[in-house]
Parts: sequence; structure tokens; C-alpha cells
Amino acid sequence: MSELLEAPAAGSVTAAPRNYEILPKPTDDGEVGGDLLEVAMGPHHPSTHGVFRMDVVLDGEQVVKLKPVFGYLHRNHEKIAENTTYLASMPYTDRLDYLCSMTNNWAYALSVERLTGLQPPERAEYIRVITAELTRLVNHTCLVGFLLQDMGALGTPLMYAFREREIILDLFESLTGSRMMCNYMRFGGCRVDLPVGWLDQARSALDGYEEFLETFQKFLTENEILVARSQGIGVLPPELAISASITGPMLRASGVNYDLRKVDKYGIYDRFDFRVPLGDHGDVYDRYMIRVLEMQESVKILRQALRDIPGGPIVDPKAKIRGFRPKAGEAYGRIECPKGELGFYLISDGSPNPYRYRVRPPSLINLTVLEDMCLGQTVADAVIILGSVDIVLGEVDR
Amino acid sequence: MLGEGIIKGMAETARNFFGSYHDADRMTTVQFPEDRIPAKENARNFPFLVFDGEDPAKGLRCVACQICEKECPPKCIYIVKDTVKKPDYIGKLQFQPRVFDIDVSVCMSCQICVEVCPFEAIKMDTDYEFGTADRFGGLLLNKQRLAKPNTYYRKIHATEAAEVDERLAAEKAKAEAKAKADAEAKARAAATAAAAKATPTPVVSPTAPAIAPAPAK
Repeated sequence: MSELLEAPAAGSVTAAPRNYEILPKPTDDGEVGGDLLEVAMGPHHPSTHGVFRMDVVLDGEQVVKLKPVFGYLHRNHEKIAENTTYLASMPYTDRLDYLCSMTNNWAYALSVERLTGLQPPERAEYIRVITAELTRLVNHTCLVGFLLQDMGALGTPLMYAFREREIILDLFESLTGSRMMCNYMRFGGCRVDLPVGWLDQARSALDGYEEFLETFQKFLTENEILVARSQGIGVLPPELAISASITGPMLRASGVNYDLRKVDKYGIYDRFDFRVPLGDHGDVYDRYMIRVLEMQESVKILRQALRDIPGGPIVDPKAKIRGFRPKAGEAYGRIECPKGELGFYLISDGSPNPYRYRVRPPSLINLTVLEDMCLGQTVADAVIILGSVDIVLGEVDR
Repeated sequence: MLGEGIIKGMAETARNFFGSYHDADRMTTVQFPEDRIPAKENARNFPFLVFDGEDPAKGLRCVACQICEKECPPKCIYIVKDTVKKPDYIGKLQFQPRVFDIDVSVCMSCQICVEVCPFEAIKMDTDYEFGTADRFGGLLLNKQRLAKPNTYYRKIHATEAAEVDERLAAEKAKAEAKAKADAEAKARAAATAAAAKATPTPVVSPTAPAIAPAPAK
């Protein structure tokens, strides 16, 4: 090799062909492997849904090793929350999973309510269910759009998904004042009551949504390209899913019947009639279909909630805005957010700030099995497997 | 049939494409600077300070209690108390802010300051056109830029402002009634004292203050 790299002496250049050769590349453990190529996908790669890097080692087109690298969006969420009052970390929870601020708010409010014993009134519970299910619609619509974009359906399905999402975000804006960073729930209730006519707007938005889901199904679920791209790709066996504590649609796509809305029955979810869709292969197609079916179930829950919502106050009269100091103790509140189990663990020492504040982020924990799903698949499949995990980097990095 | 699904999908795409030409409902966007979607009534962007009447220096509702400064999650509010007190809307002497700055490049529009304010002094604006070439000074809003009249607040958040005005008017009426009752009680006490002076009794000395009756509730 060294002879090849030596500069030719002046005047000795001939027209004879040279013998170049590709040498085996040594692997990390010192052994000489095959011709492996290491690629850093991200953090600016559009398919990684944010600032996320996958260090993949490729054998030809196949993934032999994958290391997820994150932390680019770390912003000390937990430490900030330990240094501000309980109320002041509510807007920061919006920014965890920035597509579903309502469910983040709810999980945090729920754990503080468990800490203090506040009880939201009936109407507030209904409003929470309505906003959380609308959030689930928003999240799954976005996810499906992004997933199809990863599969090569550039633009069109994503634009349709965003068009429908905007209708729900308009509802959120007229209720909370902000499209995405809602900051709506409070300890023991909600911040403001529904504006006049909001329920009718929500009902008509829901009618449009059902129609949209039907057309979306029609024009994508049977699509041969989608089927060929996603069936049998990125299989997650149920045993691995359970032992890696995967939650949410990813777990259910592997066929494990575990939905906190049914298991925990937090809030008033025991009053609604809905079913939990389950997959049986655990591949990307199942994860896609689970989301579509969950949206239909969410629409069902919303219909019941919008029908049954009672009047009355929206905040527990014992709740205080200023000078909020829970008694010393600890609490864990968890809800089924669109991505999985979102939990907040709080320890109070009786001061206005939490002593310890910990988030259990579903995105991060669902990401831990990424390598197991990607091994042996191609690079293009690794991209859609990541897409089907449904991560938001605000929540992964916190 | 292979390809059937793709053809169906294309038909849906074509329906959306041509639909936007003849059906106004299918147009989901507006041409922004010329056409604007009106702001929702609850919309919020950055905080502003409400003042009553015409003069922001006189009618500012803020009493520099600094609760919003303490509660603000990203700590974007900076307040310095004035040393002299001024009467507020019910005539009570209160401090005023000498400096009240909000750094809107830090503010995250969470509305916590509005919720914690006991004086209805800070409210959320719907204005979003804050673009400026001056990155530091241009985005640090001072008291003069933040102060906006109550009429403006009533214009952007009609329902909410009506509730606030009602509550403040009720408080003011209560305070005025109390002041009136106090004045009456004082007058009555003075009259009793005068009567006591006219017919001196050995019990009440003329120099001792008259025992005022309890103020009427």
C-alpha cells in the first residue's frame, strides 16, 4: 500500500494502469471485519424528525449496528422545574412533546392533584377528555403524514394531514389562546371555560374528521406501495416490547393489550365505550394501522364526551393560584398520551418548588428498541422504522 | 388488481387538486400580508399593561407588587418600585413601577403573569408584529411601550374585559360605600363629641378622643 501512496519521482510517470485495492476496515474490537461503512444519519437529516442522530454501521445496504445519539435538544427541563414554582413548570410541560401539549398538561396536573388531593369538577374532567382525545387525533394524523413522507409519498399526504390538524388547532386556539403551546390545565381543573359555541364547532370539526379518516383510509391503506414498504419491516416481538417497557401504540401493535385508559381508568375514562385496537405482527404496517384505528376510537370517545358534558364549575374551589404549597409527600401521575405512558413523578418537601421532578417520557423509552428493530433491515427501512416509533425530540431530550 | 390502490389514491389527489379551484371551502390558506385571519378572542401573544383613562402615567393599574416577576417561568419581567405612592382606582395609596420591562425575546406567552396578577393590571396582547432590526433594545419593551388603554383591552378581548370591568366597578362601588360610611361615622362621632362638650359630664374628659362607633358594614 505504501508503494502506492508514494509520490512518483519526477519524470517517472508512465501510462501503465495502477493497482488500487480496497482494504478491510478493522472494527471496534480490533478484528478485521467486512467492508463496513459507518454513516452518521443526522442530526440535520430530515427523516429523523428533529435533531436526532443515528450512527449506523452498514454492510452494503444492511444495518448491522445502530446507535441512537440524542441530547441535542436537552434544556434542563427537570432541573428548571425544581427551581420554579409548581404552576410555573406547567408551560414548560407544553414544550416536552410539542405536538400534544394538552396531554402533557394533563399528566402533570394529575400528578400534582394526586400530591395535593385536589379533585377536578365533573365539567373539567369532560373538557380534559375532549382536549386529550383531540390531541390524540392531532398527533396520530401528524405521525401518519410524516410516516408516509418517510416512505416516499412526498408532501401530499402530509399536507392533507396538516390541513385537518389545523381545524383542531383552531379549536385549541379559540379555547386556550394558543395553537400548540396551550398551557390550559390547572391543578384541580382547567384555566378557562369553553367559549360560547365551542362545542358546536367541535362537533362539526369531528364530522369533517370522520370523513377525512375514511378518505385517508381509502387512499392509503390499500396502497400497494405502502403495503410493500411496511409489511414485515421492523418487527418488534411482544416479549421484547414488554421487557423493554415499551408503551402506547407501539406496544399494542405487537399484540399486547395494555392501554392506561382501560387499565388505570384515570379521569373519567371508565364512562366511555371504546375499544383498544391491537396488532398481531408488530411491524411498521401494524403500527400505522393501530394509529388509524385509534383515531376512529378517539372520534367515538369524543362523540360521547361532547354529548354528555355537563355544566358547572371548571376548577376545584380549594385550588390556589398564588402561594401554592403542597404538603410534603410524593406522587406519580400517569396517563396514556398519544405516544405511550407519560408520567410525572414529584416529591414535595412543603416548599413552593418541587424537591424532585421527574418525567417518564414515552418517546425516549420507545426509542430504546430501535436497534433491535433495525438490525438486518436496509437503510431506507431504518428511516421508516424510526418514523413508526413516533418520537418528538422535545420529549426525548427534555 | 395490482395498482388499484394507487389509482384510487391518485383519484383522491385529483379531487383535492381540482376541488380547490371551484370550491371556496377547500381553500385552506390566505395570502398573508394582504388577507389576514382575524385573531380569535382568546388569542394571546405577549403581555401588556392596562391603564385607565387617558394618561398612562396616571392611570396605570400596576402597583409594582412584583408577583408576576416572581412567578414568570422564564423570568422575562423586570420591575423597579417607585419610592412615592400614588392613589389607585379606588383611591388607596399604592406604589407604582418606576421601571417595568418585558423582554419579549425571552417571553414564552404562557399567560401565567395574567393569572397571578391580583390587580387586573397585566393582560395578553394579540399583536404579533414585533420584527425589528434592533435585536436587544427593540425587543425589550419598556413601560411606555407596554402601557395600553383599557379601551384597547376591551377591543381585543371583549368578553373577558367586560367581566374585569364589572368586577373592578363592583370593588370601586364597595370601596366608595365604605369610604362614605366611614365619613358618616366620623361625622356622627364628631357630633357626639360636640354634644358631649356642650353638656359636660365628669365621665368623658373633653381632651379624650370620643369613642367612634363601629363603621357600618
